Formats: sequence, C-alpha cells, structure tokens
Amino acid sequence: MIAEPAGIRGEVLSVKRAGAYHHLTIRTPGIDPATRAGHFVAIAIGGPDPVRLARRSFWVFAVETGGLYGGTVEIVVEIRGAGTAWLAGLRTGHKVDLLGPLGKPFALPREPVSCLLVGDAYGSAPLFQLARGLIGRGCRVHMLLGAADEAHLLGALAAKRTAGSLGIATADGSAGVAGPVEVLLPDAFRQYGIEVAYACGPHPTLQAVAEAAAAYGAYSQCALEPRMGCGTGLCLSCVVELEERGRSRTVRGCVDGPVMAGDTVCWEYA
Amino acid sequence: MTRKLATSLATLVLPNPVVVAAGCGGTGRELRPYADLTALGAFTTATLTPDPRPGHRPPRLAESPSGLITSLGLPNGGVDGFLLRDLPWLTDRGIRTIVSIAGPDAAGYAEVARRLDGIPGIAALELNLTSDHERIVSAVRDVSGLPLLAKLMPDGVVAAAHAAVRGGADGVTLVNGLPAMAIDPGTLRPVPTGPGALSGPAIHPIAVNAVYEVHAALPDLPIVGTGGVATGWDALELVLAGASAVGVGTALIHDPGAADRITAELAAALDTCHLPSLSAAIGRAHHDRPPDPRAHVREMETTG
Repeated sequence: MIAEPAGIRGEVLSVKRAGAYHHLTIRTPGIDPATRAGHFVAIAIGGPDPVRLARRSFWVFAVETGGLYGGTVEIVVEIRGAGTAWLAGLRTGHKVDLLGPLGKPFALPREPVSCLLVGDAYGSAPLFQLARGLIGRGCRVHMLLGAADEAHLLGALAAKRTAGSLGIATADGSAGVAGPVEVLLPDAFRQYGIEVAYACGPHPTLQAVAEAAAAYGAYSQCALEPRMGCGTGLCLSCVVELEERGRSRTVRGCVDGPVMAGDTVCWEYA
Repeated sequence: MTRKLATSLATLVLPNPVVVAAGCGGTGRELRPYADLTALGAFTTATLTPDPRPGHRPPRLAESPSGLITSLGLPNGGVDGFLLRDLPWLTDRGIRTIVSIAGPDAAGYAEVARRLDGIPGIAALELNLTSDHERIVSAVRDVSGLPLLAKLMPDGVVAAAHAAVRGGADGVTLVNGLPAMAIDPGTLRPVPTGPGALSGPAIHPIAVNAVYEVHAALPDLPIVGTGGVATGWDALELVLAGASAVGVGTALIHDPGAADRITAELAAALDTCHLPSLSAAIGRAHHDRPPDPRAHVREMETTG
C-alpha cells in the first residue's frame, strides 16, 4: 500500500523534553493510515509569512490514525539551528504546516526472521515504530543504539522494553560501550544470526551496517538523512548516488528513499 | 474567474496567468497531491539539455533570509528521457507545457529545439540563457516553429531583451536567479559547492524592476514575470509592472500547494485594486494615475 501525502494544517498537542531532544506530538487530522516507519514529515518553519523557506524533515517517531484527534504524529526534534529551535519553542495550540507522510518507508520481511535495528542519536527515531511492526510479524528484534553521550541516546528505555536484546555505545563512554555504535556490529551479526539489518543515522553508521550486513550475508535497509529542502521531490537538493549492476544513477533521497537498500548506495558520494 | 484571469503570451492563450517556473515543479507528478496543474496557466519543465546530466554533487542548497541558494547543475534525463517518461504524463492530463532548454552552446540549444519540434503537447520553449542571447535565440528560431521565451538574468536586462528579440524571441521570462553564496558554519566552506543562484522573495523587487524596465523599453513584448512570487499581490505587482503571466517557483519548494493559492489571491487582489481583469492590469504601473486615489492605500494595507 502506497501512502498518499497531503498538506496538513497541524496543531501542537504537546512538547516534551527528553535528554537532548524535544518530542512534539502534533494533531494531524486526516493523515494517511498507511503511514509507516521510515516515512517522514516536512514542516514549514516560521508561520505564514516565512523568512526560512526550506522545510525541515523529521522521521515519524509514532503515528496514530483516527482516535480522539483524528490523527497524530510524534516527531523528535534536536536543535541544530534556527529552524529546529523555532519548532522546539512551539507550545500547545500552535499551528504547524506539515506535509506527510513522505518518502518510501522500511520494507518488512514476509517471514519471521531475525532483525537488527541500528540507530545513531536522532537517527534512532524511526526504529521504535519499525520494531513494533517487526514484532507484530513474529520477527526477533535486536537493537543497537549509539550517540555522542547519554543525553543524545534516543529511546534507550523503550528499546529495553521492546527489543529482544539491546546494545548501547556512546562516544564518551557515558552509557554502554565507549565508541561508535559500529563497534557492536560484528558480535550482533554473529550472535543473533541476523538476516535483515535496518539502520538510520549519519552516513558512517549506515555504511558500516551495510558493509557488515554484506559480510554476514544479510540484507540491509538504510534510512538516509541527506540535506533536504522540500521533502516533496521538487528542489533536487537531497540527491544520493546509487550503483546497481555496475551502473550508477543519481536519485532523490526524499521521494526515491529515504530508505535504500544498503548494498546499492555509493557512500563516498555525499 | 477564468475569464477575468485569461491572458496570452504571443500566440499562446492561457486561462490563468500563473505558470510553474522552470525547475521548480519536478516532472509535474510530484505536485499532483497538492495542485491542479491543468487549471494553471502552464507548467514549465526543468531545463532539458541534449544529453542526460546528473547535476552537481551535494550540498546543492543553502537557505538565506527569504531566499534559497541553489546549485543543481541542470540535472535532467535529456531530451529522449523527457519524451519517453515525462511529456506523455503531462499531455495526457491536458497540462499546457513550456519546455525549458539549454545547451553547452548555440548548437546545443538548437539540437534540443530540433528534437522537440513538431511533437504534440509542447506549448512553447523557454531558453535558459546566461549570455550570447541573440545568437542562441536565432539558432533555435531557425529550427523551431514554437513560441520562444528567452529567460534572462536581471543584470543588463534591457540590452539582453533587445538582443533576444533581434534573435527572434516571441517573449521573455524575467528573471533568472542571481549569483549567490553562503558559507557553511560547519565546514567554513562555500555552500552550495557549485555556482549558486538566489531565488525566493529576496529577489522579488529585482524581478519587478526588470519587468518594469523591459516593458518600458519594449511595450509590445510579452513578459512572464518570475522571481519570489509568494502571494497573489506579488503576482499582481509583476503584472502591473508589465508581465502578462507570472511564474511561481521557489514558493512551490516551500509549499507545493502555493500555485493554486496564489491564483485565488491574484483574483482577489484584482478586485481589491478595482481592476476588472488581468489584461486591464498589465503594465498599469506605467500609467500616471491610479484608477482610484484610495486604491493605493488599500494595496498597502493588503501587503502589510
């Protein structure tokens, strides 16, 4: 089922701090019930007479369709500049111009296989909805979460409750193993007989997961976070280079991804 | 409303003056969930070159106050790719299509134009020009019977418009983005990495000025005014300066539903300014007296 994107006049229901992040729950009446893990939403910054024209894109952390509010989306915001600071400063009742669901989401395996979910910092955001979907299909779910420090670890508690096993790595060693999340990959692939690896985060993490998956004969799906301007396929700024059967081609991260088969992405390009 | 907004560009008759500007509407398909392209005046394609081009490496985009700085490098699937994959989708829906073209040189422009000549469903060609206007337009004129619009940079625009007309252009599109750059706070290097062009509301007054100057110099030359149109009033400003149609570009990057909204706002702005039709508004800023001494005050109120 392909989800239909729409322009939605949303309304902020709540803003909650969690570590280095702000969790925004936004009322999104009419959001397509086919919204899945790996879909994203693109939000206009600054109200109806904007000075900042590029939309900011966020993974769907959680989605509810129907219900009391006629649909809600929860996103995770890390303040990285003026646009995200504006969003994090919104309060209950503020209006939000949102497009979604956008992009191609993670594909779920038909069989109940052993899955590894790897997230780095903010990139862990789409993995919890994904984990619930995989568990619903009878898959075994193992998670690895990484970040610069404990405050930037996203959803460690939720992962502990959801996943069959959880590995944690932080660059400064404030939680779990000291180092990038990649150091946990070989053991996880060996120990759990991983057949499908899912990853979201910066390119080095994704590349490491794609390469480890290839080395252990697993399939990998990587959710990329290229610099996007619109989220709708128009601005052509979020391009990713793919190589398949010896032929390379440039695609748009927003509409042709953001989830890509790990073995097709030219990691040196971006 | 349709009749009130009807306009023409040379031999092209448009029910609505709002057109999607080159390179801002994807293949058309991307806008489908948000806009009715058939109801718009026309859809301008991304610039086509003789052969497919991957475009520049990222980063291709930076944000500046009320503007976007882009450096795409004319990514496109080439003429064959366009004819195979994109034009049929547009013509099947009755979308009036202006094809933007470029080449490495005059012969390259002419090659694209020659391969598009006689193909049903193309309303006009827009030549994406930076220099050598007369020679390039003339080379395309030699091989194409379609209406030709020369898209010009704001710098030296009147001389460029004269040159385009000498080459055989039927109209001009004003203006192309201005050279621009930002510095990335992370890398401390220029962004985008390629030569950037500024678009968006930041360049709107520059477009209004260019349209005004060209209309003053060449009052009979059809003009598509484009540059930072984000509201119906912005569109009407370009029309009052002398444009017969108005391109909407960067506004779509921000809001893919912008063209429909701007069309409705433009119709309302004509009423606010006591202008009976779009054609009555074209070039109205060159007249001495406003139609109603109080209208000026109302305009200022509507624009804040």
